[in-house]
Amino acid sequence: MTALEHALKELKEDVILMWIMVESQLTMARKAMLEYDQDMAREVMQKEKRINAYELKIDEQCEDILARYQPVAIDLRFILAVLKINANLERTADIADGIARYVIDAPEPFDHQLLQSSHLLEMYDHGIAMLADTRIAFEQENTGLARSIFQRDEIMDVYNLEALDIITHNLSQGSPLIRQQLLVLSIIRKLERVGDQAKNLAEEIIFYLEAKVLKHHSQTNI
Amino acid sequence: MERPILEVKDFHAWFGTHEVVRNVNLSLHRNRVIAVMGPSGCGKTTFLRCINRMHELTPGARTEGQILLEGEDIYRMSPIMLRLRVGMVFQRPNPFPHMTIYENVLAGYLLNNIKLNRNDKEAIVESSLRKAALWEEVKDNLKKKGTFLSGGQQQRLCIARAIAMKPDILLLDEPTSALDPISTAGIEELLQELKKNYTLILVTHNMQQAARVSDDTAFFYMGELVEFAPTRQLFTAPQDQRTQNYITGRFS
Repeated sequence: MTALEHALKELKEDVILMWIMVESQLTMARKAMLEYDQDMAREVMQKEKRINAYELKIDEQCEDILARYQPVAIDLRFILAVLKINANLERTADIADGIARYVIDAPEPFDHQLLQSSHLLEMYDHGIAMLADTRIAFEQENTGLARSIFQRDEIMDVYNLEALDIITHNLSQGSPLIRQQLLVLSIIRKLERVGDQAKNLAEEIIFYLEAKVLKHHSQTNI
Repeated sequence: MERPILEVKDFHAWFGTHEVVRNVNLSLHRNRVIAVMGPSGCGKTTFLRCINRMHELTPGARTEGQILLEGEDIYRMSPIMLRLRVGMVFQRPNPFPHMTIYENVLAGYLLNNIKLNRNDKEAIVESSLRKAALWEEVKDNLKKKGTFLSGGQQQRLCIARAIAMKPDILLLDEPTSALDPISTAGIEELLQELKKNYTLILVTHNMQQAARVSDDTAFFYMGELVEFAPTRQLFTAPQDQRTQNYITGRFS
């Protein structure tokens, strides 16, 4: 194995680790929300610092490889993709951090009936699964799996639109949980962003493996 | 689209029974830098030497197919006339050691017995040295021997000697491989200037140099032209797996 191949292998391992950490952050924030566990929410916020440090580490590795090895072709595309993947993962971790902050701010446990009826939990699980599948696509160089993310993001968009109708309906019916209704809607907005980030990640995986730029393309062209 | 300056059609080259260039087809356009790269023994230098018919000077060497310079078959031209239109710069700077800088620039005319008056000579010397970005450094030392110059300056003198003949194409066979990084950077900068007036075909082992200076790149492997593409495309998204393996250093 050449020095460049070794450096790329190490970078890929670190990106996968970052991916797993971000998935874990989302899962913990979900649990904190569901169980109204504010200690766990604080742990998510604490671990966010570790994610930020890891983002910088991966950026530095990319800079080092660019400076020392001047990669070309698939190696260059890999580095360019990792730079964007790294930023997308960090933003996804910010979403987990934001959800954890809502848990801290919530004066009472979330109403489980509301979490179900607004489809928030389904959407949450869908988002975590999308993120995990983009990681598997990256790890296994599976562009078919990466492409499947695009349709799944559309489902997230539908959930997001439906949630607005549901919450509006609840509020118009005089629901007493006004603050909770608004918090749930805010979390749903954040989860919609998880779907967008997963889509961005999938685009980068396809760019790196197939040299195709899918950003700003309609789905019919994909 | 304008007619290519050089068209290579079904071209093969041999040393004895050993086929070193296989069925190359290629069209090159003017005012571009074309890099030719590939592993040792891939036929890139032989291909370059075919373009000005230096290949045939080797005993047992032969070719098949066509190379057209502005539509004219180079094998139907006089080799001397061809080499006036297709200049060459070699790996190691090779100014004539017994000649002054001034005489070195005019060497093509002197050796081909082409008479020039004094004014023409001076105009050609100054213009060629300026184009080779050497004039300011040597204008007060034109009567000194060419070997008095540094390696990078000597190579620029060789480029001045080649362009003094007003060629259409300049062939460069690893022109910086014997130079330090600063001289190399000087030559690379010069190539960008020269392409305004000439078409440059550059054989290089240095992939980063090909990436930096060329507009198009040809990748040869085992005598075959594997891929020819705009340099940006070849270095970001090569179409052939052999090209990708070579440029990413995974060639076995």
